[in-house]
This record gives sequence, structure tokens and C-alpha cells, in this order.
Amino acid sequence: MTATVPELSIHSESVEAQEGRRTARSPQPHPRHESRPAGGGFLATLRPEVRPEQSPASRGGASPDRNDTLTQEQAMTDSKISVRDFDFFYGTAKVLHGISLEIPAQKVTALIGPSGCGKSTFIRSINRMNDIIPDARGVGTITIDGQNVYGDETDVVELRRRVGMVFQKSNPFPKSIYDNVAYGLRIGGMRNKRQLDEIIERSLTRAALWHEVKDRLHASAMALSGGQQQRLCIARALAVDPEILLMDEPASALDPIATSKIEELIYELKDNYTIVIVTHNMQQAARVSDRTAFFMLGKLIEYADTNAIFMTPKEKMTEDYVTGRFG
Amino acid sequence: MTANLRRRKLVSHIFEVLCGLAVVVALIPLAMILFYVIKEGAGSLNLDFFTHMPKPVGEAGGGMANAIVGTLILIGIAAAFAVPIGCLCGIHLAEYPGKFSSAVRFAADVLNGVPSIVIGIFAYGLVVLPVKRFSALAGGVALGMLMIPIVVRTTEELLLLVPGGLREGALALGATRSRSVFSVIVPAALPGILTGILVALARVAGETAPLLFTALNNAYWSTSLSQPIASLTVQVYTYANSPYDDWHRQAWAGAFLLVMMILTLSIAARLAVRRLERMNRS
Amino acid sequence: MKRSSDDRRFRLGTGAFAALVLLIVVGIAIELTRQSTLSIAKFGLKFWTTSTWDPVSGMFGALPFIWGTLYSSVLALLVAAPVALGIAIFISELSPRLLKQPLAYLTELLAAIPSIVYGLWGMFVLVPLVRKFEIAMGAKPALGVGMLAGALILAVMVIPFTSSVAREILKNVPSTQREAAYALGATRWEAIKVAIGFGKSGIIGAVMLGFGRALGETIAVTMVIGNAPQVTASLFKPQYTMAAVIANEFSEAADELYLHALIEIGLLLFIITIVVNILSRLLIWSMKRRVAAPAVTQLLAEEVPV
Repeated sequence: MTATVPELSIHSESVEAQEGRRTARSPQPHPRHESRPAGGGFLATLRPEVRPEQSPASRGGASPDRNDTLTQEQAMTDSKISVRDFDFFYGTAKVLHGISLEIPAQKVTALIGPSGCGKSTFIRSINRMNDIIPDARGVGTITIDGQNVYGDETDVVELRRRVGMVFQKSNPFPKSIYDNVAYGLRIGGMRNKRQLDEIIERSLTRAALWHEVKDRLHASAMALSGGQQQRLCIARALAVDPEILLMDEPASALDPIATSKIEELIYELKDNYTIVIVTHNMQQAARVSDRTAFFMLGKLIEYADTNAIFMTPKEKMTEDYVTGRFG
Repeated sequence: MTANLRRRKLVSHIFEVLCGLAVVVALIPLAMILFYVIKEGAGSLNLDFFTHMPKPVGEAGGGMANAIVGTLILIGIAAAFAVPIGCLCGIHLAEYPGKFSSAVRFAADVLNGVPSIVIGIFAYGLVVLPVKRFSALAGGVALGMLMIPIVVRTTEELLLLVPGGLREGALALGATRSRSVFSVIVPAALPGILTGILVALARVAGETAPLLFTALNNAYWSTSLSQPIASLTVQVYTYANSPYDDWHRQAWAGAFLLVMMILTLSIAARLAVRRLERMNRS
Repeated sequence: MKRSSDDRRFRLGTGAFAALVLLIVVGIAIELTRQSTLSIAKFGLKFWTTSTWDPVSGMFGALPFIWGTLYSSVLALLVAAPVALGIAIFISELSPRLLKQPLAYLTELLAAIPSIVYGLWGMFVLVPLVRKFEIAMGAKPALGVGMLAGALILAVMVIPFTSSVAREILKNVPSTQREAAYALGATRWEAIKVAIGFGKSGIIGAVMLGFGRALGETIAVTMVIGNAPQVTASLFKPQYTMAAVIANEFSEAADELYLHALIEIGLLLFIITIVVNILSRLLIWSMKRRVAAPAVTQLLAEEVPV
């Protein structure tokens, strides 16, 4: 297929560099396929770990070594979130069909696809936000660190603390900046002002907002600009110390400058958090993510390293989408 | 699960239960009222009630024929008064938005919140005092003024809901403003407007206070606009305050009739709205 | 041109009727003032601070009525506000989908029941119950009629209306607010609190609208409150409200001063209810601005049970 574009190789190299600088929060992963330059299609097929994850249904038949692939995948990457044959229904309408993929820890995984293809539904299933919607239910397995998200022993409230979410349109509470970031901490029972101050400062710093608001922490959050509000929402989500950050089109309502700030932020955050981002902006996915999953009509069409998806997509549909032929 | 989480979940459940309890608490009086009205009133609703006049004080028997007719006359006057004023006002508010219309809209909202007894005082000063006589007309005017804000608001809202294309189409065909409004837009909104009128009628049919010193009451048969007139509500009030058991029984019957009337009107209004929505959707 | 003159006539014609509505409101204010001049002139501000209400000797002081009105309405709201809010929360956030419409309709049914029917039930059912309660509490004499019965019946009458306005407010709170709370690990009640916090000013407005309603309620109250003008905090003693005294004594008022005194009370009632209504609408409007919801006129369509 298409030859490698130099910029993207540089990208994967810097990913390598990032990995080298990995903090003590998680162990060093095995050397991964990113270290090998993304080659032509033929070469790619030789590397089993890059084979796109597909459900047997969409493949038109069970893949013989699919399970092996998954175990391999899991062994080779730190799989934070593991999805197996996940279907989702709104009432009787099936909107997700047999999704299976492994989301690696401390990487950015992007979900792309035309609107209505189920990416938002999927991401909201990870932290069970869909539970709020009546008549909505998921069938299948989603596990985080081996624990079944939909299992009886999982407490939904606790789950949502571990899995943070940032929404498409920023939704700060009509309270002060301080109170917004403190919200999750306070409902968790934290009252000590010094502790709160410390964590709030840390979260706002991590969200690259501290310097802009440190002198007006008690001003209303509604007075901030759109981009600032979104970063505030990120800080708010980070304050409760989640392991995973789900972002549902976090920059789609923002101007280009604010968008690039958010993208920079995502890049910095992935050292410490596993990030899953839904985006309809392919260039954004290409810029920030390590792995990309292409969804279409509720099915996972292809899932691979970002380089591979954009440069050497396996499926025709993927290629059509990323080259802009539709969507 | 931590102790903190367990406590929070418990608190959540407690409050959810309390909210459910609130619903029950509100439904208890409703059930009681309906129960008593039906129990005490339905039985006494016989033919006599509808056809006979009240008997003299202390005598058993008789009916509320004059009061029933009186109520119908009063709401008729009220409608005659409120419908033209309310509709035309609503049309103006919908067609000509601006400072004046905002002021009028505000006034209508204020009027809506004025206690009905105060409106009664106004009608007294306006219609009773100049001729030094209580009259059905005064009662009708008072009720009409209570209806106006509802009619105004319903008319305006429904006219605004009519798609702009309809309005432009009529004007483009050369129709004058008045023509386009009356022959195209109002007919489109008519079902909803009628519903609003029904709702307003249901509300004023149950009013007592403003009638106490406008239409007063009348022990005899009267359909004259310039004489006091009996009404279901005032009659029930008078009977309830009396010491006679038979009158109490008749008061319950009157209350039952009132509730039936109002229920019918509001169910009819609700059904009309639903049919209207279905029509608009298709 | 013929067409524009027709348009002008149409505008002026409908405008005249619109102006009529404006005139009615102004007219009420003017007429009430005009018809209370005798009383204003004679008693001045002492009218509002004296307690003697003696038609025979021509001494009128409206304090007991102001007290009765405010006390009964405040007590009623103390009971009604949490219940109304609870109902609003239940219907909009907690109830299963199938129950929503029927429950909403039932609360509106409560609103449609006329005051006289409430009064009848109050007089023949509630008062005896309150009397039993008073006897159990050792009150002497246990009349049944009194502030407690009055406040209770007002509470019941005000609940449906307050609850529908509160429900509209909650409906207008964007769902993203609750979602944000859930995503941070909130329990159901905590997420509801966030929604209430967002709609706070609107909810206060709804409660105030209910308060305005309670202030003006006449017939049901007068049938259960005892109609004795006295200023007392006792729940068991009969008391009197502004609307009730007007209703009871207006047609009996023999002389002009008496009439003017009653109308002056009506004037105060008018002013108080207008102020409360305006304040509450401002609160609701300020909340609507934050959301920029389209059909907010529905918020103000209080009377329409449809």
C-alpha cells in the first residue's frame, strides 16, 4: 500500500522516546512494534501483533489464531481495558456488534469513524455511563485490569471514580473553579482544606490551567473561555486520580488554538493515564494517538497502531475513510 | 466498598424513598377528596337536584337548578368577555413583538397572579357600584378578567407555533395582514386556542370568591344579566356554612357536579391537545 | 395604499385590545386605591399595626389579617415546598418511564379541584381530624378550625402547582450536568443535588410562586381557619386572613368606611402578591437565561393543566 511518510515514523520514534522516559507509575513494557518502522502492507502482514482485531462475525468466519493473537497482544502490551464480544442495545436496536479489542495502558487509543458509528456508545460503556439511559444494555465483557466492569462485584460509583470522563461540550458546574475541581474529592469524603488545596493545584497544573486561574480560584467557572472550561473539566476529572481517562470528542467544540492546547495536554497526560479518545477529526487522531480503532455502523473494522491505520490500512473501508472518500 | 461509599449509597437510597413518599403524601388528600365527594355527593345527585329550586330555609329537599343554570350563564358571560379580548390581544403579541407587547405580556402575567377576590373587588367597583346593584354581569366580568391571561398566553403561544412558511405564503399571495392572520394562521392554531379557552373555562367555573359580592346569590330563578344570580359554587358555599344536614348533603352533591364538570372539561382539553399534536406531527 | 392602511388598522385594532389588558391591571391598582381613600385618610399607617377590628365603632386595624395571611402561607410553604420538590424530583428523575405521565396528570388533577371543594372537604373531613389531633395534644378548647387546618389545606392546594413549575425547571437543567457528576463517581442523589444546584434560582422562584398563590387563597381557607382576628403563634387558635375577611364581610359592610377598610386590605393583598410574583418570575427567568431553553413560556403557563 502506501509508503511510510517520514513524519509519522518520527512520531513513532518519539513515542519510543516517551516510553524510555516512562515514570515509575507502571513498569517498562516490552519492546513493541512501534520500534520497527511501519513498512509496506506485505511486511505488515508478517507481524501478527499488528493484525487488526476483528470479531469473527465481521470477518465472515472464525479466525483460527484469534485467541492466540489476543493473548499475544495482552502479553506484549499492558492491556488496561479488555473488551470481548461486546454488543450494545438501545431497546431492541443493536448499535454495537461484537466489539473486541485490547486497550493498552498508558497509551492514547483513538476511536474514529463516521458519526453514528457507535464510538461514543462504546466509550460510555467503559465507565457504564449508559446505565443512566433507560432501555440501554450491554452484553459481553469489558474488563479493566481483569475486573469485569459489568460484573456483580463491581460497584458502579467506584468504577466511575477510577475511570474519568471528559465530554464533548465542557460542562463545568455553576460553581467556582475551586469547587468544580474539588467536587469529586468532596463527595469522596475529603474535607481537609490543605489536602484539597494541594490536589486542586496539582490537577489544575496537570491540566495546564493552573497559571491562568491561580489568582482567581474562587471566581465562577462559567466566566472561563470554552477552551479553559474544557481544561477545567479535565482537571476536575484528574482530581479524583483515575487510572483511565475517557474523552468523548473533547476538542470538537473548540477553536484551533484551544484544540491544540488540549492535544498537547493529552500527549503529556498519557505518561500517567490510559487515555481513550473519540474523535471525528482524523488528523487529531493521527497527531495524538498511539493506537487507533476504526468503527463503522457499530462494528470494529480495524484496530492497529495509528501509523498502520493511516498509512497502511488493511481494510478497504478503513482506507476509504482515512483518505476522505466518505465520512 | 469503603465505609464512606456505603454511607453515601445509603443516603442516596433514603432520599429516593423520601421523594417517593412525597408523591404518596400528595396523593392521599387527592384520594380522600375524590372519595368523599363521590361518597357524599354522587348519591344525592338525583333528578330533583337538576330540576328543582332550593327550598326555603330549613326545609328538606329541593335542588340547585337555578345555580346550575346560573353557573352556565356566568361562564358564558365570562367567555363572551374574555375570548375576544384575550384572542385579539394574543394575536397582537404574536404578530407585533416589541416593547409594547412585552409590557402587555408582563401585565397579563401579573393579572394571572392577582388573587381572584381582588379581581372581585375591581368588578364590584366597576359594575356594581355605579348602578348600586349586584348583577350577573358583574360576576361574569369578574370571571372574564380571570380568564383573560390564560387565553392571551395560549393564543400567543399557539400562533407562534404556526410555521413561518404559512404566514409568509399568505402574505406573498397578496393577503393583507389581517386577512392572513384570520384566514390562515388562526385556523391553523384554532384547535389549540379552543383548548386553552376550555381550560380557562374549567378554571373559572370553580371560582367562588369573586362572585360573593358581584353576582351575589339568588334563591329564585333568574336569568337576567342585571340581577343577582345563583351559581353552583356560591350555593355550595352557602349550604356548607349552614347548620342544616340536608343542605350539607346538597352541598356535596353540588361539589360532585362541579368536579365532574371540571374533570370533563380538562379531559376534553387534554384529548384535544393530544389529537392536535398527532395532527401536527403527521 | 389600501393594503398598508388595512395593516395599520389591524395593528391598531389588535393593539387596542392588548392595551385593554394593560389597562385592566392599571385599573385594578387605581380602583383599589380610589376605593380605600377614606380608610387611608382616617387611619394612615396605623391601619397596618393596630389589631382592633370593630365595625360598630368604626375602628379598623388590619394587623391580625396580615398576620394570619403571612403565618398561614409561610407554614403552608414549609410543608408544601419539600413535598413539591420531592414530587418534582421523583417524577423527573426517579420514576420509571411508564409512571411519569400518569403521576404528572394526577398532580395536575389536584390543581384543577376548585377551592370550594377543598373547603368542603376541609370543613367536614380535615377539621374533625385536626380536632382529634388537638384533643390528643391536650389543647383546650379543641375546635379543629384554626391555623393548623388552614395551613394544611393551603399546603395541599399549593403543592401541585409548585411541583409542576419545579418539574419544568428540572427538565431544563442540561443532562450534561448530571452526567458530569456521575462521571466523577456520584451517587444518584448526589447527581440530583447537582441538578438542583444548577436550577436553584428557578426552584426558589417556583416556591415563591406557590407562596404567592397561598397568599391569595380565599374560600378553602376561610372555611377551616376559624375566622377570628387575633395575632397568635398558636397553631390551634382560630385566626383570620386578608382574603377571608374580605370574602366574609364585604357584602355586609354597611357604611363606606367599613367598605373602604376592607378594600384597603384588598389593596395590600394586591401589592404583596404582585411583588412576590414579579420576584419569582425574575428568578425563574434568570435561570432560563443560563440555559437558553426555547419553550420557556411553558414555565409560566401555570394555569394550563394540559
